[in-house]
Amino acid sequence: MFKIVRREEMAGGTVILNEIEAPKIAGREKPGQFVLLKANEDGERVPLTMAETDPEKGTITIIYMVVGRTTALFKSLQVGDGFQDVIGPLGKATHIEKIGKVVCVGGGTGTAVLHPITRAMKEIGNHVITILGARNKDLLILEDLMRKVSDDFYITTDDGSYGRHGLVTDQLKDILDREDIKQVVAIGPVPMMKFVSLLTKKYNVPTLVSLNPIMVDGTGMCGCCRVTVGDKTRFACVDGPEFDGHQVDYDELMMRLQSYREEEKVSYDKHCRMNG
Amino acid sequence: MTTTKKNRKKPVPRQPMPEQKPEIRRRNFKEVPEGYTVELAQAEASRCLQCRKPGCVAGCPVGIDIPGFINLVTEGDFTGAIRNLWGKNAFPAVCGRVCPQEIQCEGKCIVGKKGDPVAIGNLERFCADYEREFGSGELPPTSSTTGKKVAVVGSGPSGLTVAGDLIVKGHDVTVFEAFHKPGGVLVYGIPEFRLPKSIVAQEVHFLERLGVKVECNAVVGRSVSVDDLFEEGYDAVYIGVGAGLPRFMNLPGENQIGILSANEYLTRANLMKAYKFPAVDTPIPIGKNVVVLGAGNVAMDSARTAMRLGADRVRIVYRRSREEMPARTAEIHHAAEEGIEFELLTNPVKYIGNDKGRLTGMVCLRMELGEPDDSGRRRPIPIEGSEFEIEADLCIVAVGSGANPLLTESTADIKLNRWGYIITDPKTGKTSKKGVWAGGDIVTGAATVILAMGAGRMAANSIHDYLTWGW
Ligand SMILES: Cc1cc2nc3c(=O)[nH]c(=O)nc-3n(C[C@H](O)[C@H](O)[C@H](O)COP(=O)(O)OP(=O)(O)OC[C@H]3O[C@@H](n4cnc5c(N)ncnc54)[C@H](O)[C@@H]3O)c2cc1C
Ligand code: SF4
Ligand code: FES
Repeated sequence: MFKIVRREEMAGGTVILNEIEAPKIAGREKPGQFVLLKANEDGERVPLTMAETDPEKGTITIIYMVVGRTTALFKSLQVGDGFQDVIGPLGKATHIEKIGKVVCVGGGTGTAVLHPITRAMKEIGNHVITILGARNKDLLILEDLMRKVSDDFYITTDDGSYGRHGLVTDQLKDILDREDIKQVVAIGPVPMMKFVSLLTKKYNVPTLVSLNPIMVDGTGMCGCCRVTVGDKTRFACVDGPEFDGHQVDYDELMMRLQSYREEEKVSYDKHCRMNG
Repeated sequence: MTTTKKNRKKPVPRQPMPEQKPEIRRRNFKEVPEGYTVELAQAEASRCLQCRKPGCVAGCPVGIDIPGFINLVTEGDFTGAIRNLWGKNAFPAVCGRVCPQEIQCEGKCIVGKKGDPVAIGNLERFCADYEREFGSGELPPTSSTTGKKVAVVGSGPSGLTVAGDLIVKGHDVTVFEAFHKPGGVLVYGIPEFRLPKSIVAQEVHFLERLGVKVECNAVVGRSVSVDDLFEEGYDAVYIGVGAGLPRFMNLPGENQIGILSANEYLTRANLMKAYKFPAVDTPIPIGKNVVVLGAGNVAMDSARTAMRLGADRVRIVYRRSREEMPARTAEIHHAAEEGIEFELLTNPVKYIGNDKGRLTGMVCLRMELGEPDDSGRRRPIPIEGSEFEIEADLCIVAVGSGANPLLTESTADIKLNRWGYIITDPKTGKTSKKGVWAGGDIVTGAATVILAMGAGRMAANSIHDYLTWGW
């Protein structure tokens, strides 16, 4: 069993943080890689990118939004409980190099994934500009952590309850207009990554996105996670999860994420009935 | 007991194995053939002529002493029979169920020249099942410990064979498996109705009782590398990672919802037990009109699974004819009995979907057979203008698999052939990297359980020599 040693609720209980004992993974993880987790015997295997690792303590930290049956089950796990299976680190690590000014754009729980990448970008000597977006102030996560690893820091909210009233792309456009940006990293909901990529394409700024398709094995053996990148089918679990944002077919990804919508409803209703 | 002489006068017909009726089993996941009773087994065993130069043994990839074990069955010494089988085959309960006997032992049986061959597979299965039910569970003797450590990567039939062989020789064996359950294709690929998972679990448990350690969730190449294993003190490494890379058709529209590789479909159904959804959490798409592309064992397993999950219609679409279908005869027969339809000499050219990106059908072409190709089989040639549409809300692509590069990419000094399979010495299973052996599907490409086990046994002998003598 992989024991939970720390648990926090964020964004009004809709986002959960679990720090989990997984010494073998903690010692090897690199920014951008993910793990697959399965809570119990009958559980589903769900991929989550690590927000943080502590090789000394032998722990990894995951942050996830509660969206369906499996994440609701994860949420019910308390400190001292654990996951039956944690597999990783999987996927390719982010390519980090010193290139100058970099913008890191995070939305929703994508910010958790963005955090280790942003830190690594900064540590290697880049000038890091961070933009975090959320629907409103309450849904914003990891503000302090991200602020610490950024040279410049911006927040946007859809309703104007915090930071700039608008979308991350509004802020990004201003920055692209006035500064010489070498690279953008955008991680968040698919539409956000799509619109960031459309924008940066106009400015010809290389853009990295991290994709979150449905997965089963995470080792390239099933093809469930296939995505179209530059007219080629790639398996996100082994060829990614990060890809050139300008090449990704986001509409297909959004469509494929709906594959089990009906089934997820059935499963979630069952969970709710059982847990009141 | 019947004597051989009496048989010659009045031949005993091949004893069919009792099985669930097609109209019932097509909607459940229980095993289809129910096994021989003692009486049936002995009647069947009595058909064996105890040949001096048995064709069956020559046809068996691991050279099981077939007349020997069959004779013990006739004598009622079932314990002796299973011990005899174990001499060459570590998992007779599995092989009795899944080997393509018709092209191996039974295909070479002399009795088959004039009538039906001796049901060697059924008898093998009987002995293993009898032992499981009534046997003592006694462990074979193991040699004293050698202090040498062996890492086996992959827990399919080939890796498990290596583990079993080396543990009894006194080595310290750890199996590393990427999935959360050991067994390889035997657990994630082959369905419950053909190979109950409790049998595989029991075989693994047996190895664990012998002292084999099984570490699941260990993706070698990601969570640990082959070189790390040597650093951790392993003296030898066996790679038996299978051929886990799904092949797709590369046709337009293939990424729509409702098109899955057989690997994904069967992994959901078998390993994740999605056929019990929503009692378990992993979903599986339920098709009303299902098309399966391909005609091997994987295709039959997919088609029969779809039928059991409630499909109205399941069609196998295959570009060659019935003779070329690579699946075991028994599987094709069982599938047909269960109402699976065969669209032979047919090849898909395009997937069709709706505005939600869900599959609704496919466009296919009729084919005819031309001259033989490199494989010796007649090449299918499209018939011009023969396009037609078939309705489908679920398509399972079972057109073969390739070498998964996850491990090999991370171990540059292991030489591969141009398809990405590991090159080994055919007599020992040694790879180009010192202290590393390989076998099974990752060397041969997708093949059979028994060949994977045979490769494992050969490598285990070579590893034992290496650990004992240094070569
Ligand atoms: C659906 C299906 C039906 C079949 N039916 C039959 C049949 O009826 N008769 C027959 O003889 N053959 C059949 N076969 C073929 C047969 O199952 C294979 O030839 C055989 O299992 C190969 O054994 P293996 O040990 O080489 O590999 P596998 O059984 O594929 O096992 C490999 C194991 O290694 C693990 N692994 C992979 N990569 C890594 C890694 N990097 N680190 C750690 N572990 C890893 C995998 O998860 C897997 O568990 C069938 C195959 C399938 C898919
Ligand atoms: S070839 Fe047939 S009859 Fe002869 S020993 Fe083998 S099983 Fe018996
Ligand atoms: S999740 Fe199966 S191939 Fe990526």
